[in-house]
Amino acid sequence: MTGKGTNIKIKELQSDIGYIKGLELSIGKISGENWAEEAGPTPFPSITALRDWDKKLLSRYPPFYLPFCDLCCLCTYGKCDLTGTKRGACGINIAAQQSRMVLIAACIGAATHVSHAHELVTHAIRKFGSDLPLNPGGFSIEVEAPVIRLVCGIKPEKLGDLEVVLEYLESQLTHLLSAAHTGQEGDNIDFESKVLHAGMIDQVGMEVADIAQISAFGYPKADPDAPVVDLGMGTVDTQKPVILIIGHNVPPATSIVDYLSANRLSDQIEVTGICCTAIDITRYTPKAKIIGPMSWQLRYIRSGIPDVIVVDEQCIRTDALVEAGAIHAPFIATSEKNCLGLPDRTLDPADEIVADLVSGKNPGVLILDPDKVGEIAVRVARSVAPERRKGGVLLDAKEIIEIAKTCTQCKQCRRACPNDLHIPESLKAAGKGNIAMLGNMYEECVGCGRCEEACPQNIHVHTLIISAAGQTTKAEKFRCRTGRGAIQDVEIRKVGGPLVLGEIPGVVAFVGCANYPKGGKEVAEMCVEFAKRRYIVCTSGCAAMSVAMYKDEEGKTPYEQFPGSFDAGGIVNVGSCVSNAHIAGAAIKIASIFARRTLRGNYEEIADYVYNRVGAVGVAWGAMSQKAVSIASGFWRLGIPVVVGPHGTKYRRMLLGRADKREDWFVHDRRTGEQVYVGPVPEHLFFAAETKEEAMVMIAKLCMRPNDTSKGRAIKLTNYIDLHRRQFGTMPDDMYRYVRTMTDVPITMKGEITRHLKEHKWTENTIPDPTLLSRQVLKKER
Amino acid sequence: MPTIEPWQTAEIAGPKKASVIIKPEVADAMIQRAKRPVLIIGHLASEIDLDDRKMLDYLILLAQKGHIPIIATGHTNRDLLARGYKTAGIMPAVDIGQRLCDPDWKGVDGKEPYDLAIFAGLPYYMEWTILSGLKHFAPHIKTMTLDNTYQPHANWSFANISVKDWLENLKAIIENLEG
Repeated sequence: MTGKGTNIKIKELQSDIGYIKGLELSIGKISGENWAEEAGPTPFPSITALRDWDKKLLSRYPPFYLPFCDLCCLCTYGKCDLTGTKRGACGINIAAQQSRMVLIAACIGAATHVSHAHELVTHAIRKFGSDLPLNPGGFSIEVEAPVIRLVCGIKPEKLGDLEVVLEYLESQLTHLLSAAHTGQEGDNIDFESKVLHAGMIDQVGMEVADIAQISAFGYPKADPDAPVVDLGMGTVDTQKPVILIIGHNVPPATSIVDYLSANRLSDQIEVTGICCTAIDITRYTPKAKIIGPMSWQLRYIRSGIPDVIVVDEQCIRTDALVEAGAIHAPFIATSEKNCLGLPDRTLDPADEIVADLVSGKNPGVLILDPDKVGEIAVRVARSVAPERRKGGVLLDAKEIIEIAKTCTQCKQCRRACPNDLHIPESLKAAGKGNIAMLGNMYEECVGCGRCEEACPQNIHVHTLIISAAGQTTKAEKFRCRTGRGAIQDVEIRKVGGPLVLGEIPGVVAFVGCANYPKGGKEVAEMCVEFAKRRYIVCTSGCAAMSVAMYKDEEGKTPYEQFPGSFDAGGIVNVGSCVSNAHIAGAAIKIASIFARRTLRGNYEEIADYVYNRVGAVGVAWGAMSQKAVSIASGFWRLGIPVVVGPHGTKYRRMLLGRADKREDWFVHDRRTGEQVYVGPVPEHLFFAAETKEEAMVMIAKLCMRPNDTSKGRAIKLTNYIDLHRRQFGTMPDDMYRYVRTMTDVPITMKGEITRHLKEHKWTENTIPDPTLLSRQVLKKER
Repeated sequence: MPTIEPWQTAEIAGPKKASVIIKPEVADAMIQRAKRPVLIIGHLASEIDLDDRKMLDYLILLAQKGHIPIIATGHTNRDLLARGYKTAGIMPAVDIGQRLCDPDWKGVDGKEPYDLAIFAGLPYYMEWTILSGLKHFAPHIKTMTLDNTYQPHANWSFANISVKDWLENLKAIIENLEG
């Protein structure tokens, strides 16, 4: 047992006061002694404890570097030119430098989740006490915290038990980040191993955060029928005062809801959210409304609808205060990590703060007591709403046309646009009276506002785009299933077998940010495609919101078309970013509940199990942030591949397998100890697709695992081949790599595939009980 | 005067930058000097209008006239098939980038290593990052882009040129190959 605390055991004691036998006394922050599971080899692993496992993965999936910068500018020796084979003043080369930058990004991401988790736990303990039981799923869940159990080797039962976990995570992050200092780590693969460690730390941090908030705030507990809530700008009743909350850390938002409830104002004020706080506040009350993913910040603020803007932490535009000022909306910052230069009014009387915000004496304030935020935000919203002009900074058609006429066609806006949108052409058309082209860009615009920064004429291009799309924004009325949290044990029992055998073709998780190459619609389309194909589809974060923003012919969103159960054909919104831990947790629980493998401190064995048996793939189509790096890294270490969109190549490296190198794809057969060729499954660990079509084909391919039964492999091959035919127009030319025996061949394609196998001189292979770990072999090869 | 700076303003590379294809003969010389060129075509080639045709139509002509094999990335193959071009290799762009870094890789047909990789029709930033990978880790191969935007990580690239100039250049490159 690791962690602060003292454990006193007295087997037998005869004293003046009596006879004591079998006394055990624990003092401090430890738990789990009442738990019989055998301890594995790596509880609370250090930054090198799983290095061997990492190297196994990284030898199959070596980094393909895509340097985002040829230079290093991290110390005063620099800038150093690292082009090609050059080394910098400290001796580092371009490969190590890229991995070092990935490590720094992963540490930022993991630190963000861990810090978020720490604040949630501290807040919840202050409000509810450290003895509050952790209860992410009621009677439906026995393995409450699979990631913590796996990594730390403890079984947290109450809020206070999470403190020792946080202590461990924070110490690991300090070590990891220190490795990026000049003159520390110098090997690219060791940097990559540390990236994976940061990812695992991040996964634990996310689980801490989400089980703490589920338990403390009474969110849906592993509920497939979690409420379906309103989503979209068109759902907001603009006749009422409107509060906007942006970010990820929900306590200030809950205090707004609590204040409304306590003062019987819930029906009089609209509580709206952007980014993960939006999802989490709807887990708290289904009356709250989700506006959309993070890319909706500028468009919603500029619409003028919000009367008060409250921000907590993460993924908030750092110019949100400036944007709020432009629509005269009072602004409340609530996080120590995001003070924005505002005066700290935490200890001031509420009446004074309200008066100063309403009068405009303070356009914004910093309030670091979440419980105080509720009262201030509500009172200010009620005071300012009647006087505010709701039109914001949006323009009518005539104004758009007049402004567009001032465009000089210098193309700086297009050159600043991440998606190379045809802004100059659209402005030219608008200048001639046709604003439709401008409005049509709304869908693919990621809302970054770089076009405006680039414009030498000071044209507010983004405002023109959203103004031209006025009717589109008003029509944004959707329904989204809010975050259900964890997956029930009974669901795992039901799908564990079919998943491990391949008969459910896979779990595809659409997660992450909204930096999409062609709008969020592609995420919804992919989601529906795989749900129709009877994969288990999970969603979280901004991707979960994007999925909700598209309707079928009957006007139903994907959450209304498909059930929320963790089963074939379900679309399972687990919740916000930190709820991603439940997707990893589900894979881990398959090993525990279905296969009866020991979780406790047994990371390598479980990762090996997941990698070889659980056909799961993460898809972060609009991955943008450092948190996306750390989330992906956590999945990689667990052996789960991640697909990103084309912008994902900016993450500096891919982790790609070489399907053409047969020698890379051998595993141990646990039963016989023999080395068996299993084909390139999964082919990649980190892959950036150029288009949605390419992504879908790759997702289907990456769901294959060595353990698939022939029936399962045939189902997976059917999906892969069918998608390949539809998207690329031909049968794949690598089918021979995935067919192990003729019984793997889908019956409906037998003729074509048999011909293909003959062309490639295919020979039959055995299907092993696969493992990468020689210690897992039951009978050693002679 | 065409600008010789990255098309996406902030995509500043490093000290080593692409030479500019100032006239079509430069590109032709590169192609004709290559023993084993390959043309890697992204999905935008079938979306970009060049006159009354698509960029993809000109690239097919280039491939046919120059006897250059095509590798289709994204879902480009569907559009190649629609134009009757049936022999393209299919491979994701990041896979091609990774394979090209291996001097022993013998191409999608397994014949022999490529010595000139010509890119066209990928999203600008994705082509930028892949060309960066090749600049650093594939010194054995030359790279060229035929898009009308400057790609600093290639060995050879057009500057940021107008569609009109681009079309004239592409036509001339194809014509010269024919000769």
